[in-house]
Amino acid sequence: MTISTETTLLIDPTRDPEKKAVIDRIIDENAHLPGAVMVILNELQANIGFVSEPLQQYVADRLRVPVSKVHGVISFYSFFTTTPRGKHVVKFCMGTACYVGGTPQLIEKAKAVLGIAPGETTPDGNITLEECRCVGACSQAPVMVIDEEVIGRVKPNKLPQSLKPLMEDSGTEN
Amino acid sequence: MKYYRSHVLVCVDPECLRKGAHDVVDALQDELVATGLIDEVQVLETSRIGACADGPEMMVYPEGIHYAGMTVDDIPYLVEEHFLKGRVAKKFQLTQKAEAVSELGAPTAKEVRVVLRNSGKIDPENIEDYIAEDGYSALAKVLTSMTPEEVIEEVLASGLRGRGGAGFPTAKKWSFCRASEATPKYVLCNADEGDPGAFMNRQVLESDPHAVIEGMTIAAYAIGSSQGYIYCRAEYPIAVRTLRIAIQQARNFGLLGKNIMGTDFSFDLEVRMGAGAFVCGEETALMASIEGKRGEPTPRPPFPAVKGLFGKPSNVNNVETYAVVPQIINKGAAWYASMGTEKSKGTKTFALAGDLKHTGLIEVPFGITLREIIYDIGGGIKNDKAFKAVQTGGPMGGCLPAEYLDLPMDYEALAKAGSIMGSGGLVVMSEDSCMVDIARFFMEFTQDESCGKCVPCRVGTRRILDILERICAGEGRDGDIETLQQLCNEIRTTSLCGLGQGAPNPVASTLEHFLDEYKAHIYEKKCPAKVCKALIRYEIIDGPCTGCTVCARNCPVNAISGERRMTHHIDPDICIRCGICMQVCNFNAIEIN
Ligand SMILES: Cc1cc2nc3c(=O)[nH]c(=O)nc-3n(C[C@H](O)[C@H](O)[C@H](O)COP(=O)(O)O)c2cc1C
Ligand code: SF4
Ligand code: FES
Repeated sequence: MTISTETTLLIDPTRDPEKKAVIDRIIDENAHLPGAVMVILNELQANIGFVSEPLQQYVADRLRVPVSKVHGVISFYSFFTTTPRGKHVVKFCMGTACYVGGTPQLIEKAKAVLGIAPGETTPDGNITLEECRCVGACSQAPVMVIDEEVIGRVKPNKLPQSLKPLMEDSGTEN
Repeated sequence: MKYYRSHVLVCVDPECLRKGAHDVVDALQDELVATGLIDEVQVLETSRIGACADGPEMMVYPEGIHYAGMTVDDIPYLVEEHFLKGRVAKKFQLTQKAEAVSELGAPTAKEVRVVLRNSGKIDPENIEDYIAEDGYSALAKVLTSMTPEEVIEEVLASGLRGRGGAGFPTAKKWSFCRASEATPKYVLCNADEGDPGAFMNRQVLESDPHAVIEGMTIAAYAIGSSQGYIYCRAEYPIAVRTLRIAIQQARNFGLLGKNIMGTDFSFDLEVRMGAGAFVCGEETALMASIEGKRGEPTPRPPFPAVKGLFGKPSNVNNVETYAVVPQIINKGAAWYASMGTEKSKGTKTFALAGDLKHTGLIEVPFGITLREIIYDIGGGIKNDKAFKAVQTGGPMGGCLPAEYLDLPMDYEALAKAGSIMGSGGLVVMSEDSCMVDIARFFMEFTQDESCGKCVPCRVGTRRILDILERICAGEGRDGDIETLQQLCNEIRTTSLCGLGQGAPNPVASTLEHFLDEYKAHIYEKKCPAKVCKALIRYEIIDGPCTGCTVCARNCPVNAISGERRMTHHIDPDICIRCGICMQVCNFNAIEIN
């Protein structure tokens, strides 16, 4: 049964007191700004990791705007996710320079190493694989981003080495 | 899986092989067996770990120690020291020379640094560094000795045009906004830099943020605004952080906020972040996004200068546009206008990327030719391949073939050639790039980024993409080319914003300049550049293959079989044509047919 409470907590982070404190702080600090919705959602995405439907409802209630407005914003921008991502996020740049420089091959290799396709998370919730837009490091193409770190000139045969520490880093706390 | 406490990677590139890498591998294996460590230490052959200058080279993990220059005779010593005694064998250790991955090297003869003058020279997190380079002196000059009209006059005389893509005269935009009566007015900086292959704005924001802040403040004075926003894409977290630090420092110095430099002019700035939508680089969408809404473009007129952010008069300029303003004020319009061509004045930054020897950021005067940029600055094509095309202007731009190499970089000249200046991304492609595939790639991008508001943009790009995908898959049909041309025209003329209007450009320009390549795909079912997976096949050539097993170990789907030191074989039914084997093979033993 513990699992189901955990899942609800994940889906509705406002039910986790620690997370709720973070959420409230973000809303309190930014609610007065013009165009606050975007600012708050960006902060929530960065600090909570996702903006699920219950969280969208909570933001809408606190800002006194219709939830449809919040949902409309969430669905428009690709950065917002409604479900939690893995503990680590591995992104491959699909910008022009990287595409020409071999990102497609890297993705094939990453798929084989991780056993998941872009957009998916490993079953243990450890690693999410994604494709992303140009990260502005084009002269080092092809580029991948592990969590926040940009790694340039990635070679397929070196890829497993870069992914290994992440794969071994499963389970333990954040 | 077997657990090893150490992994030794030995480079087996041709250079290291010549220096005896295989013998070293064998000696290492033997020594590990002799010392009983063979179950704890794994030896792997790999490619290039260093410069191969001191070969044979090896890397020992998990410590990440780089050894080089040992011979077979040194192996027992090495194994004893490193693996038995657990000490680094200093004698062979290669001290790490951090590989200089700088995007901005020293300027070459053809470059002129105006926007990038401080890049890499000053500490972006220290306002005093900027001030020491005459920073904020232009703002002082403006606030103490110029009227707003005189500022606009000066910028007009410099010939400065917007660097965000369209090249609209900056002074004109400012005077429109100044003329609007409603208040408050907003000064907005477009730092959304969404064009893949472009990173000029990022460099400026991260290395010289005060230039942008000073430029925006001068614009605010000229227009009569007291609040500004910098809209930065979410993909640039470092730029956002740097800007926020810079803004706070400027406030502390009384250069932002109330009564700047003791005058009655007040102006403050805030950074807002995008959230991964390319269309938000379009100015009306950008404003909607700052307002906290979906970033959907709206029809113009009304122009932002009349009715912009929160319904108030607003001025949108690109990062680079603002960043040059202080220097125009300091050094004078005549100085700036002395660089460039008749209609495109000054300098422009470009992000060189793709198959070039030297990629990175450059700044050159307008009027320089593509040839000078690609060969004199970029060093020519990597691996001495042939030049095929240069893509300018990002996803709304076009691909230009070799005939256009002597084209001067100038807004009008590029437009005439069927491409655009755009924000300054230049992706150079060699003979190894397939132009149909590139067109498909861009269409995939625009189709994904279309906000969906207009039917021609939403549905039309999807239809073009479907056709291109079919062509690349070897299922092109007679009539496809004509349908593509027709769709391009329709989308271009009936879309609301620049995204839809420009989306057909990559297709239209490749159709114009590389029609034969389309025909080869459609009628001969061939991909001349050997890129389109459905039309190619990887094979291992008997002679050069040494059976080193590198390819088999790297193939993601295990399509390669063969005994060690015997010619390997690729099973075409399993092969997914990812090309990894070809990249890792050190003996050029893999070919595409
Ligand atoms: C789809 C689309 C994307 C754009 N992206 C950018 C961008 O990333 N940065 C930018 O400065 N301008 C971009 N623009 C151009 C802006 O709409 C606007 O013209 C520009 O910011 C004006 O600044 P400037 O006069 O200094 O060039 C884009 C336009 C379109 C249609
Ligand atoms: S042209 Fe495309 S991106 Fe622009 S408003 Fe229309 S649908 Fe949206
Ligand atoms: S295209 Fe990959 S970083 Fe720009």
